[in-house]
Amino acid sequence: MDETHYQIFDFDVRYGKQLIWILLSFLIILFILFIEAKFYERFSSIIYVVSLLSLIGLFLFGKTISGATSWYVFNGISIQPSEFVKIATALALAKLLSDKHYNLKLFKNQIKAFIIILLPIVLIVPQPDPGSAIVFLGFTLVLYHEGLPKLYIGLGFSLIILFILALLINELLLSALLLSVIIGFYFIVRSKKTKILSFFVIFICAVGYIYTVNYVFNNVFEQRHRDRINLLIGKTIDAKGIGYNTRQSEIAIGSGSLYGKGYLQGTQTKGNFVPEQHTDYIFSIIGEEFGFLGSTLVILLFMIFIMRILKKAKYQKSKFSRVYGYGIAALFFVHFTINIGMVLGLLPTIGIPLPFFSYGGSALWGFTILLFIFIRLDANKYYEW
Amino acid sequence: MKNNSSLLRNMTILVGVIFIFRLFYLQILNDSYEKLSDNNAIKVKYEYPERGYIYDRNNKLLVANQTSYDIMVIPNEVMQIDTLSFCKLLNISKESYIKRIEKATHYSPRIPSVFLKQLSKADFGALQEIMYNFSGFYIQKRIIRDYPKNSAANVLGYISEINEDQLDEKETYHQGELIGASGIEQFYEAALRGEKGLQYIQRNRFNKEIGAYKNGTLDKKAIAGQDIVLTLDSKLQQYGELLMRNKRGGIVAIEPSTGEILALVTAPSYNPNDLVGRKRSKNFTKLYLDSINKPLYDRGLLAQYPPGSPFKLANALIGLQEKVITPNTTFLCFHGYRYGNRENEFMKCHCEIFNSPIDLDLGIYRSCNSYFSNVYRRIIENGETPSLGLDKWNDYLGSLGFGNYLGYDLPTGKKGLIPNSDYYNKYYPLRNWRAVTTISNAIGQGEVLSTPIQLANFTAIIANRGYYYTPHMIRYIKDSVINKDFTTPKYAKIDKENFEPVIQGMYNVFEKEGTARYYKLKDLSQCGKTGTAQNFKRINGKKITFEDHSIFIAFAPKDNPKIAIAVFIENGGYGSLIAAPIASLMMEKYLKGETSRPILEDVMIKKSLEALYKHQEQTGYKGAEKK
Repeated sequence: MDETHYQIFDFDVRYGKQLIWILLSFLIILFILFIEAKFYERFSSIIYVVSLLSLIGLFLFGKTISGATSWYVFNGISIQPSEFVKIATALALAKLLSDKHYNLKLFKNQIKAFIIILLPIVLIVPQPDPGSAIVFLGFTLVLYHEGLPKLYIGLGFSLIILFILALLINELLLSALLLSVIIGFYFIVRSKKTKILSFFVIFICAVGYIYTVNYVFNNVFEQRHRDRINLLIGKTIDAKGIGYNTRQSEIAIGSGSLYGKGYLQGTQTKGNFVPEQHTDYIFSIIGEEFGFLGSTLVILLFMIFIMRILKKAKYQKSKFSRVYGYGIAALFFVHFTINIGMVLGLLPTIGIPLPFFSYGGSALWGFTILLFIFIRLDANKYYEW
Repeated sequence: MKNNSSLLRNMTILVGVIFIFRLFYLQILNDSYEKLSDNNAIKVKYEYPERGYIYDRNNKLLVANQTSYDIMVIPNEVMQIDTLSFCKLLNISKESYIKRIEKATHYSPRIPSVFLKQLSKADFGALQEIMYNFSGFYIQKRIIRDYPKNSAANVLGYISEINEDQLDEKETYHQGELIGASGIEQFYEAALRGEKGLQYIQRNRFNKEIGAYKNGTLDKKAIAGQDIVLTLDSKLQQYGELLMRNKRGGIVAIEPSTGEILALVTAPSYNPNDLVGRKRSKNFTKLYLDSINKPLYDRGLLAQYPPGSPFKLANALIGLQEKVITPNTTFLCFHGYRYGNRENEFMKCHCEIFNSPIDLDLGIYRSCNSYFSNVYRRIIENGETPSLGLDKWNDYLGSLGFGNYLGYDLPTGKKGLIPNSDYYNKYYPLRNWRAVTTISNAIGQGEVLSTPIQLANFTAIIANRGYYYTPHMIRYIKDSVINKDFTTPKYAKIDKENFEPVIQGMYNVFEKEGTARYYKLKDLSQCGKTGTAQNFKRINGKKITFEDHSIFIAFAPKDNPKIAIAVFIENGGYGSLIAAPIASLMMEKYLKGETSRPILEDVMIKKSLEALYKHQEQTGYKGAEKK
């Protein structure tokens, strides 16, 4: 590798390309900061619609790269619109929630918010790019911050837990367990107000859900998705097959020990043992070459970064800025959690980039725009609109 | 509304902490990943150093090297190959192929194991061309031993493949590597082996080598083993082996002024070249299973015999030192020594000096049993109790090198046995034993046991008039200091002047009407002492007497001695019959370069005890009549 070092901006090698993306992103930053803050709020709806159109356009003009039709290609430069749809969705959500007449307690309004979040998901899942789609679910956390009843979060967690249990345990047995839990719960909280009927409805819905999960899992999911989930919940162990990526990434990280092997000294990295190590698995290189100290530092930086955005968002005077701030914090949080969780073998293999680390122009620009719009909004907070 | 605002923050902290814990587990707690990484990303290639050569004291080459080629296998990398033609090439069966692969996989699927050992040069030539067809297999060059002199197998020892137990102990060795397993090869393994060279090669996930790891900064060049110069005189050694043909026993010759071992002969022995190459395991099994001849058993170091009459010299020295006798003290002999009133309490003697005073000189050269029984009795009875007397005696003998391992530089040895008071107290719980109870010790029979090297060392002490250097084989190792112990004199607890009368007696063994008078040489002053040790075996509870062992110790010349020697011939009869002439021939050969007694030499070389041994094995009874 040493002999190619002097060609820093060589467009034929990845680091050369990425450096160019980074330089260009500075231009984008300048551009964003020059635009009037009000512009983002005004045009958010249009941006959102245009971005959805770009997703629909993929079905006609999209290019298929490694199985997913997620790319437009112009002159050899490929662009992934879903990275930019994240920005549009964050803006649109902020716009919706900052409306003076909007009250999240109303079911009608809740539906509106969910539609904004779900539309991109519906368009991205069939690409198929489930990883990018999952990211949008992070916006539900924003709704929660803005006063969505706790019931929804409780419901969400219950559904996830039931989903995993449904895959692990026989449907009948699980239903029986569930029944006994619900009956037990009924006798504990029993008062005059509680209706036995509502408990019965909950039970029926849960059993329906369990059977649906199994049906979807076995008939709708593709084998590779099933494999990934099975592997994570421990139903199959296979270090050389589907779990190879995770295994190799754990080896690479583990071999870093306390101090790491040093910059450009990673043996696993050099040997290309971890697939996608320049994109989704880039954290394994940090783990191998910079060790526990280096990778912990990166995690702490991400935590500080997200919490800083949250704090900034909390003290925004304008509701639009605040919701947007929460939105991007949620996005960074989801990327951080899913990406590093996957690399560390804690979550199933879901391919999404680590913000500002992974190779890729679209993602880099997407995250840059996402962040700097917020900075632009924040810079404006002292002025009356 | 604001209540909810801490959720994302808390989740961020939670996730961050989980990640850090996970990293801590992966990178700090669990070190198995460290190794895995080294195994799949970095390939280690070894370069085997040339093992050090071994020379004799006159720089004659005893052990050299030759190249051999092993086929190695890395089971994980064995792809679909044409097994049939591969087996055909190597001339092995398919079952054998499967078994070998299984064994290698069991050791490690990733680390190379030996698949087939020591190909011939011709096989190697044929295989080298087509080896690339068989992924996972490669040819490893290795160095094996070569013995230009077919001699001193017991001294040099052999190298063999490292076994599983040793592998656990020694980290720098890997399966299939050779290690010194006996003799000098084992004792000086560290010097002879040298240091393995290492080459770290970075691989990618397709197992393709993509360059040197860290630009080769961690690589090491092999460092050749050090050459060793032994104290052995290969001419004398070979001569000793020739003389010992068709006999069982050992010869140990030492240079008294340095403790250097000049010859260490054991018979029967084997050709060291038999334990090299592919025929090795077959030959080794044969040698190992030969429980009658025991060719792998170094009699010079391991065989514990009753020392017999040479031991009288030790009693004489102790008697003089304890002042219980002087050189002029006389005793009488009546064809034996009666030490009690009962019929069997009588020790026979063949000195044939009936009822006439015998002094120390005469006692030694005629080997009078009665004389030394009296001396021994005085030594023991000089103590306040027999126990104290015996323990003092034991202490003297310890300083003369009996009853201990001596500390020489060969990996095997036996302590021999010099009894102390505890020993007899065990057999006589009433502690009613006395000097006469243990009277056999006077003449080197009874409980006393010694090895030929102990006897040779004892002879060297006499030759030196009171001290010895620990017998050793090493003369010189390049770049290393030889054990200081070998150059520090150790003193016997006997004064110098007490040696002279004993040496005079040993001189007269050759010169006057002594037991070795027929082997006197005009131009070489020899001092010696014959020994004839009775030996028994208990077979089915019956004590069966075998033909006596023939023993002789000697040094020469009398003044400024250059060689001290002990010869032990199992069932050789009188010491004067075989052991004495062999010792004399050896000394003459070493000091004069050739023999002046070709007829005697010829007789000794041709003398065979095989028939006697065979007869003894078959009948369990004493075979030949005493001559």
